[in-house]
Amino acid sequence: MMATKETEKTAPPIQVKTLRKSFGKQKVLNGIDLEVAHGETLSVLGRSGTGKSVLLKLIIGLQRPDSGSVRVHGQEISGLARPQLNEIRKKIGFLFQNSALYDSLTVEQNVAFPLERHGDLSDAKRKKRVRELLSTVGMEKDSDKLPSQISGGMQKRVGLARALALSPDILLFDEPTAGLDPITASEIDTLILKMQKEGNLTSIVVTHDLPSARTISDRLALMRDGQIVIEGTFKDLQASKDEFVVQFLNRSS
Amino acid sequence: MDSSTAADLRDTRKISPTASMSFLVRFFEWFGDLGFFCFQLVRAIFLPPYEAREFAHQLDELGSKSLPLVALAGAATGVVLSLETRDSLVSFGAKSLLPALLVVSIIKESGPIITGLIVSGRVAAGIGAELSAMKVTEQIDAMEASAVDPYKYLAATRIMSCLLMLPLLTLAADFCGIFFGWVTNTLTEPISLQLFIENGFRHVTFNDFLPPTFKTAVFGLIIGVVSCFQGMRARGGTEGVERAATSSVVLSSLFIILADVLLVRLIQVFFP
Repeated sequence: MMATKETEKTAPPIQVKTLRKSFGKQKVLNGIDLEVAHGETLSVLGRSGTGKSVLLKLIIGLQRPDSGSVRVHGQEISGLARPQLNEIRKKIGFLFQNSALYDSLTVEQNVAFPLERHGDLSDAKRKKRVRELLSTVGMEKDSDKLPSQISGGMQKRVGLARALALSPDILLFDEPTAGLDPITASEIDTLILKMQKEGNLTSIVVTHDLPSARTISDRLALMRDGQIVIEGTFKDLQASKDEFVVQFLNRSS
Repeated sequence: MDSSTAADLRDTRKISPTASMSFLVRFFEWFGDLGFFCFQLVRAIFLPPYEAREFAHQLDELGSKSLPLVALAGAATGVVLSLETRDSLVSFGAKSLLPALLVVSIIKESGPIITGLIVSGRVAAGIGAELSAMKVTEQIDAMEASAVDPYKYLAATRIMSCLLMLPLLTLAADFCGIFFGWVTNTLTEPISLQLFIENGFRHVTFNDFLPPTFKTAVFGLIIGVVSCFQGMRARGGTEGVERAATSSVVLSSLFIILADVLLVRLIQVFFP
């Protein structure tokens, strides 16, 4: 069902209801309910293989749910045809776990890739926009390099610049600090916070990194066996007596 | 080996009903996925926007860069055909037929099939490996997330390039085959190139030349579709990339040979 302009303005940017997804006999998501308000950042935590990345892919329509509902700006996305889905995707930036930069394109070409295909910027304006984005993430000096010639942390920065290229109002982060040293991870956190403040963005961050989640999130949700065990601020999680929550916080902190 | 272990081994050699069912399911699943892929592909080819720059890049990457290999294979075919047929024709006292035999066999069959198989080896492996690596490293997902259609940007451009370039590469293989056939022949018994060509093409009609050359567009379609399909449905890590690259070459070569059988018969019927 198409959302009206009014619904798009008033509805929370992301609404997930009783979402279920299985791969073969393995139930990955087993009835997830989530809502992220405008300008809010929600971190989704949990053990490996609990379906956190799948949740992000369902939100952006890279995978289809078995049942349940995913609404972006009030519009149900499951069942949408590719052109309509692409219109929604233009409003969402996605930072992949391993950055997923196109390895045959340079840093500059990677960031320009979405801009060349959407919007009507002239060549000069597009180049200016790419330079601005690369400068924001501190990668303007490496614009001619290939992804294989830069470090993991730098790849994350370029991935972030590419995710921001179409000026989205929603950002999805899949393990933004995974595999990075603590200093680089902290730099990425600072960059994410800066982006969120400047763009007033709504974000979902999937992570194992509790210190990072505390820094960049307004709320946290902890997943186990395809379900959300607890959702709230870090203090709410700390106050929980649930054995799994206590174990997760103790191990992560 | 005790008896229970031997019995276990015998049991594993039998194909269980579950295993054969699973094979059947995978077999039909493959065709189902291929049907879906072709549907997406047709939509991507005909509906705007078009990826003109990437298409031009692929024409160069898949076509121009295959030219030296195809030319070399064509030349080798010409040399071998000239060497092999000469002795037989001399023994029948029909060595004057050598140019005609060489030209006809190259333009009707050797040139097209050699080009198809050589390009299948080079291009199908390349496309299969590249797209599968992009798939397993989430680059194709990243493209979709950027609202860019990978069927349009990755598959349609490569498949259309293969389809267009194969007939052109076949012409190059034909030319090199005939030219080096003449070189081989003239080393044994000098004959001018003009006379060789005149004798060779005296009985050749457009029906001998055009349909076999254009049938290679079908080979190009097979190479493009099979390798893009295998690449874009890859799963797993490096193992998935290796599987996709190998299966792209094996399946496209196999389908080219099978398609050739059908196309030769169709050409005989429609262009007698």
